[in-house]
Amino acid sequence: MPETILALEHITKTFPGVRALDDVGFELRKGEIHALMGENGAGKSTLIKVITGVYQPDSGRILLDGRSVSIRGPLDSQRLGIAAIYQHVTCYPDLSVAENIFIGHEKVDPLTRRIHWKELHAQAAELLGSLDADFDSKAIMGNLSVAQQQIVEIAKALSTRARIIIMDEPTAPLTKRESEDLYRIAEGLRDKGVSIVFISHRLEDMYRLASRVTVFRDSRYVGTWPVDAISRDQLIVAMVGRSITQLFPKRKVAIGEEVLKVEGLSRTGYFKDVSFSVRKGEILAITGLVGAGRTEVCEAIYGITRADSGRVLLAGEELRAAHPSEALERGLGYLPEDRLKQGLVLEWAIAANVTLPSLERFSRFGWMNRRREELKAKELAERLEVKANSVHDLVATLSGGNQQKVIVAKLLTGNMKVIILDEPTKGVDVGAKAAIFEIMNELAQAGYGIVMVSSEMPEVLGMSDRIVVMREGRVSATLDTADATQEKILSAAMATATTVATAATAAKERP
Amino acid sequence: MSAEAKAPARARANRSGEGFRELGLLVFIAILCIAFQLRNHSFLTLANIKDLLDNTAILGILAVGMMLVLITGGIDLSIGATIALAGMTSALTGMAIPRINPLLSILEGMAVGLVIGSVIGILVARFKVLPIIASLGLMNIVRGVTYIESKGAWVSAYQMSDDFKSLSTGTTLGVNNLVLIALVIFALFWYFVNHTKTGRRIYAIGSNPDAADVSGIPRRKLLWLVYATMGVLAGLAGVLWVSKFASAQGDTALGYELNVIAACVLGGVSISGGSGKVSGLVLGTILLGMLNNALPLIDVSPFWQQFIQGIVILAAVLTNVAVKRNNQRLALRKRAI
Repeated sequence: MPETILALEHITKTFPGVRALDDVGFELRKGEIHALMGENGAGKSTLIKVITGVYQPDSGRILLDGRSVSIRGPLDSQRLGIAAIYQHVTCYPDLSVAENIFIGHEKVDPLTRRIHWKELHAQAAELLGSLDADFDSKAIMGNLSVAQQQIVEIAKALSTRARIIIMDEPTAPLTKRESEDLYRIAEGLRDKGVSIVFISHRLEDMYRLASRVTVFRDSRYVGTWPVDAISRDQLIVAMVGRSITQLFPKRKVAIGEEVLKVEGLSRTGYFKDVSFSVRKGEILAITGLVGAGRTEVCEAIYGITRADSGRVLLAGEELRAAHPSEALERGLGYLPEDRLKQGLVLEWAIAANVTLPSLERFSRFGWMNRRREELKAKELAERLEVKANSVHDLVATLSGGNQQKVIVAKLLTGNMKVIILDEPTKGVDVGAKAAIFEIMNELAQAGYGIVMVSSEMPEVLGMSDRIVVMREGRVSATLDTADATQEKILSAAMATATTVATAATAAKERP
Repeated sequence: MSAEAKAPARARANRSGEGFRELGLLVFIAILCIAFQLRNHSFLTLANIKDLLDNTAILGILAVGMMLVLITGGIDLSIGATIALAGMTSALTGMAIPRINPLLSILEGMAVGLVIGSVIGILVARFKVLPIIASLGLMNIVRGVTYIESKGAWVSAYQMSDDFKSLSTGTTLGVNNLVLIALVIFALFWYFVNHTKTGRRIYAIGSNPDAADVSGIPRRKLLWLVYATMGVLAGLAGVLWVSKFASAQGDTALGYELNVIAACVLGGVSISGGSGKVSGLVLGTILLGMLNNALPLIDVSPFWQQFIQGIVILAAVLTNVAVKRNNQRLALRKRAI
């Protein structure tokens, strides 16, 4: 019987209004690679934070080597030999690789307080050598690729003599070849007796690496299986589990001519050869895993960044937006994923936010017509049912859902043909979600072409007419929503070589 | 090919951007030297080079302190005022006690600088005031105190002791004291930022403040330290300044902080924090000193001198941006999407 190194029993963790972990268990054996899987929001990240001491569980206990331990913070977990490599690498881009590995525990001469550079670099080189790294310990961190930076993070974990390493979606930003290198490193560590928890959305990661897999769903523990004892389909059912409830009032709308066509759009290092089209009155969903390049594609279409090749046709004419204002002028609107950062000026009133992208419509000879601004803002706020006392309220005082409506209102001041909504329901409650869907229905009915980027499977299936699935910067499938199922989408998003081929044929068969 | 054999080549490629910057600066300085020399043959004479170094030393001392501040992502606009107050205070003390040891005058100036720097440091680190605002406030306060203290009057050459004046004008072993002091400071800080934990952590907090907090680096203490250090160096520079020009005035070094920041930028220190090297700083200081020294020599009108300095600074910044972007592009191209 292999020995258990870490066991979590009956862990529950609640945040105000949310039960993030509900009586879950997890068991890790010495020298195994254990995959932890589940949809976004299934509770994986919370579990990791409990193990690393970032969160304290409300109840339940953690056993390390059979003894109950309490982990009060990241330093505690480090002392116990637990290290975590987070999704977003936390590095110092301006410092050298060796410094990134040893910062916090650098070796200094006791007398002169001088850093032992030679020793530091020698130790770093040794660690990097054991990981087969193809870069030098003196390289500057910021010049490395994401994959190389992850190797540095692993070296950092090893430098603290970690026995348990948790990798939170390490392959999400990596290409296939880079992932292969990471697999080899993980296997090498396992053979040396390190236990690894590997969180991933990719089925191939799990089949390639792990010996056992644990699935979480909706904050609950679903089960643990040896990898060779569970089929791909069974696993997807375990992760998805529920059937979609009819939350979505998708209305049938007459679909007109093509308004947006994207052909072979590419941007080095982000996405490649992306093509799709949207017709009048149609809702096109773009889905895929986080990091698949969805947002980057939308930003390039809208002119926030520039694509290296390919073209965008808006109502039959080529759109080469060098700047969002050009896209807006031509009738393409974009609702960004991070509304606080890119969408709203929180300290401004609702009315001022609404008219911001189209000030020239509300001004004469450079002077703002405040009355006209107020009237238009009022009309739109009423149409979208923004809950506020007046359009003079500051946006900062609104709830997330209402802020989202204000951004949509911004897009409606102009003469839009196509509206791109990037994760429109992210961080809003159920009621506001329904309201946003209702708005989308209305817009489709009014003849807008709508592109909705979403990671939420039910929303994708419930609200769209067609679905584009992206994976690693490419379109891996284009599906009619009528024929699509959660399983089909998930397998295209996480596709292995064979399913890519089928998805590609499916896409070709489309008229 | 084994991984070990590939490693050095890749490492060189990764660092080439950094080395390229300083080499480029050196080449640029060399070209300028030749151009100036062709226009005026007295440029590359020993006397003129000495003159250039004497006049650039104080700028160099200040640039070292400013580099630390910039590395943390901050800025210090108060140092011109600190120079004036430290200089004025030591000159007034010298007037009251003519026999005072000039080394004590220096310590006095540094103490004044320490107080001012500490206040800015506390405002920035403890009360989270933006560095530009904190130092702007102090700039006005300190300048005001200088006028109040001197009642608007000047301290002139005849009111200073010869010992005091020889601080900056005297020589040791044939080298001007100012240049010696600057060299010592360059060496000390080169060691500090490259070879001590504290020095490296200053880079860390500028490079990624959030990560620094997570890994337990005492960010507040370090922030305070860089502003205090800047203050001390500005205080020292103030005494040297007054000694060199043999005059302490309320408007001494008005706006000089901008020259110092310019020297840092020319030397490749990033205003957004995280990067900057002493070697680059030396080159940047010399380049700025050269422009100040040589443009009058080749009969460029004062109006055009300012214009040319501005162009050179912008060119340096644009080169920095281009080098950085190129590095990023190389990193992205390594991914095969």
